[in-house]
Amino acid sequence: MSAGTEERTRAQEAAARPESEPVRHASVIPYWQAVGAIVWKDLRAELRSRELVNSMLLFTLMTVMVFSLAMELNANARQNIVAGVLWVTVIFAGLLGLGRSLAAEKDRGSLDALLLAPIDRSALFFGKMIGNLLFVWVVGLMLLVLLTVLFNITMVKPLIALIVLLGTLGFTTIGTLLSSMTVHARAREALLPIVLMPAVLPVLMPAVRATTAVLNEMPTSEWVPWVRWLALADVLFLFAAYLLFDYVVEE
Amino acid sequence: MPEPVPARPMIEAIGLTKIFGYNAVLRGLDLTVQRGEFLALFGPNGSGKSTFLRITSALARPTAGIVRVGGWDLPDEARQVRAQLGVVSHLPLLYDTLTAEENLLFFARIYGIPAAQQHDQIDALLRRVGLGRRAKDVVRTFSRGMQQRLAIARAILHDPAVLLLDEPYTGLDQDAAALLDDLLREVAVAGRTVIMTTHDLWRGHALADRIAILSRGKIAFDAPCSDLRRDDLGDLYADVTGAVTAR
Repeated sequence: MSAGTEERTRAQEAAARPESEPVRHASVIPYWQAVGAIVWKDLRAELRSRELVNSMLLFTLMTVMVFSLAMELNANARQNIVAGVLWVTVIFAGLLGLGRSLAAEKDRGSLDALLLAPIDRSALFFGKMIGNLLFVWVVGLMLLVLLTVLFNITMVKPLIALIVLLGTLGFTTIGTLLSSMTVHARAREALLPIVLMPAVLPVLMPAVRATTAVLNEMPTSEWVPWVRWLALADVLFLFAAYLLFDYVVEE
Repeated sequence: MPEPVPARPMIEAIGLTKIFGYNAVLRGLDLTVQRGEFLALFGPNGSGKSTFLRITSALARPTAGIVRVGGWDLPDEARQVRAQLGVVSHLPLLYDTLTAEENLLFFARIYGIPAAQQHDQIDALLRRVGLGRRAKDVVRTFSRGMQQRLAIARAILHDPAVLLLDEPYTGLDQDAAALLDDLLREVAVAGRTVIMTTHDLWRGHALADRIAILSRGKIAFDAPCSDLRRDDLGDLYADVTGAVTAR
């Protein structure tokens, strides 16, 4: 019997199966298992290529050195601008990572492979966002040490670390959402900063204010409202991304 | 004796329309594919083959029309549809900085294959596609043919009922294409419903149970392969699409 005849027989047999026969399908995938798998994949790929983190760390180092050399300031002036230097560097270094994270998936076609998986689309969002957040945290940690050394100001403090954690959470949440919107555009490298900068203001403003207040050892009443605002912005961004991501990635 | 109940088609598209801006790519396409059938879908560039597969795989929404896969409606039941699909395209849809094994492990996790079975299933599948010895190698060191075999392993890892192949032979040399032929025959014999878009008329005829030709957003020809002679395909294709073709 020829291969073609075998296949035709197979098709006829398959078509004659009763209608009630259930169609095979994969088991239901636990939400956080899917999120964890995507984070694992991003970390594994990054550990091997070091493409994102290396470029972000190098950018961070260069930026802080340029600020340090360009502004030979006295101690008081340094104290006042260091929060701005911290957040400007986090945002621009983070942009490098956010831009590449989804663009690389799109360019090699693996974004389609992710979208084809029978998982909740928001799990895909949280997987990518957590991966980006971990890379930004690595940069943020190194940045705190660099600023401490080059600006001679103690930046490695629990409160500063908390503000960086909250600020970068909001930044990477809205950044991941917007980069998934701009990833299909031709001029995506230029478009992402243009759409992200205004959107990130609700996080950037309280983050800078809270950091400055903590560094200047102002009373609790001066920085707690900003930290609350930061936390609220994070929650709103997370909720918006959870609701919108499905629509953003669909053609 | 009761009348046999007609089997429900595995894939059903009714009046499928997709418009991008002012450009109607699909114009009321009607197509059914029976369970276990292998359909080769031909058509010139821009005829809507890839768009049809993207809609069937829930990657794009139709402008109008109905699509059902395995009895599930798109786009409302997209997740159930995606669980039944394996997709191979001209891009391998793999991570080139991960090893072959890591790639399959990642997809096993997001397709819900139980942890206890993952490694055995991946080992068996890598051997089946002839990549058992390259399991620990990073995918970017693979040839195009090896990447495409790994892409097939990725697509059938979760034992999907439907396989969608979008020009899977693009960029393959003769040996790699012959290997892919064998692999696709093996995959199809396992009882899966397969739709393959290709420009290679002879290859499509050799592999499929049925061929359809898509032209200007509609199915312009549809017949079982048993009714067609391979040597007539070129003329038939030219007549239906208005294209000039060697085979």
